[in-house]
Amino acid sequence: MPRTIPAPVVTVETQKFWDAARAGRFTVPFCAACGKAHWYPRAICPFCDNGSIEWREASGKGTIYTFSVMRRAKEPYAIAYVTLAEGPTMMTNIVDCDFDALHIGQPVMVTFASTENGPPVPMFRPE
Amino acid sequence: MTIKGKAYIAGAYEHPTRHAPDKTVAQLHAEVALGALADAGLTRGDVDGYFCAGDAPGPGPASMAEYLSLKLRHVDSTELGGTSYVALAAHAAEAIALGKCNVALITLAGRPRSEGMATGTTPRLRDPNQPEAGWEFPYGLTTANGYAICAMRHMHQYGTTPAQLAWIKVAASHHAQHNPNAMLPDVVTVEDVLNSPVIADPLHRLDCCVISDGGGALVVVRPEIAKTLNRPLVKIIGAGETVKHLAGGTFDLTTSGAARSGPAAFSESGITPADIKYVSIYDSFTITVLMQIEDLGFCEKGAGGKFVADGNLISGVGKLPFNTDGGGLCNNHPANRGGMTKVIEAVRQLRGEAHPAVQVKNCDLALAQGTGMQLGTRHCSATLIMERQ
Repeated sequence: MPRTIPAPVVTVETQKFWDAARAGRFTVPFCAACGKAHWYPRAICPFCDNGSIEWREASGKGTIYTFSVMRRAKEPYAIAYVTLAEGPTMMTNIVDCDFDALHIGQPVMVTFASTENGPPVPMFRPE
Repeated sequence: MTIKGKAYIAGAYEHPTRHAPDKTVAQLHAEVALGALADAGLTRGDVDGYFCAGDAPGPGPASMAEYLSLKLRHVDSTELGGTSYVALAAHAAEAIALGKCNVALITLAGRPRSEGMATGTTPRLRDPNQPEAGWEFPYGLTTANGYAICAMRHMHQYGTTPAQLAWIKVAASHHAQHNPNAMLPDVVTVEDVLNSPVIADPLHRLDCCVISDGGGALVVVRPEIAKTLNRPLVKIIGAGETVKHLAGGTFDLTTSGAARSGPAAFSESGITPADIKYVSIYDSFTITVLMQIEDLGFCEKGAGGKFVADGNLISGVGKLPFNTDGGGLCNNHPANRGGMTKVIEAVRQLRGEAHPAVQVKNCDLALAQGTGMQLGTRHCSATLIMERQ
């Protein structure tokens, strides 16, 4: 039985991300001024303080920066940081995979996972 | 401006309990406060500055100030997680240097063991207003896997091995055998650590600290007062603190905040890592110790695995004796916050009051280092350097 995923906290800063997620689109916040993508998403660019953030549809591609399989859980799961093709590194889970074959540097692709009474959250599976 | 030489740690007390179902958290705070004051040869009425962190019942210092019947002219309840007390000792020195108080009391206490918290392995949503909450909680971030991801990356980047990490637990256990209050007083081997169940890859059960009730307290005073007390003189000579975070998604998980707080403390004290005779290093997990040792400059970045192996952290055996009370890995991790006991054991070493089997000879310079909150996301780091006068 798959692990139950709690609903993410949706705020006025991140509503657009979760609206896109409900439509199956994975978006990443880019700063209109400095052009850099950041993570976790926020309304003010962490690199240049500009308040003009654009949500752009992302490639969904990334590589595993690090991971850990939580063995002491009813259903083991893999927490990870994935470095997106767009630049920033984000916390996520790696799913649909052989836990023992996971490795740092492995290419992964975004997929959405259902949550309890909330929008789906982005996870990744081996490409 | 500097705190170098402006304040002394005159009192230090660690509660002997590791399981306190028959006491309240406030009661434990009071017991450690009175213990540290008695150790210093002072009384409650001498205290004019009170310092506490998030473990103190109620918001800020008010509830405990009332319970302890303190009359104060300076308070500080800076919350830096488990390293708070390392930083608060420095904050006390700052306040004393500025004339804001003469006798500063710092307390820590908690009962996570009695309260049955699955501290390290259960995801917890602490505050939905934390801006990162929605981006971490759904993924099952716990304490254990939030450190394991650092260990996994460190192994990938530098070739660190599980056996090298295990040596940190082995060293702590060699010290804990001499501590009658230690929760885990038995000496363990590298094989014991590697054969213990995996909690979160690559960390085993014995890579993790204990969960214990208890607490500790410190009394920091002006030099003029310290010199009237019948205790060895432990002078604060340098400190640093910082927050290390994910920086918009551009981070290196193999580095801790000690890379900033450490150099700041060394700079203020005017000494180098080679001068340090004893270190207390926060040991929530074995990887926590390894990264901080590297970041403080006791070895090259990435060489920590080789540095900690083969007993190099064991007092009387290796080059850098650490956590001679057994640390959080074997002795005590009261309130899930290890910073207080780090300072207390450093004070014991500088006074020559550590257990004779682990006492470092001619221990004149010691360092206490802590990280609070979570290594794999955002954490506070504090470094404190002390000198025996």
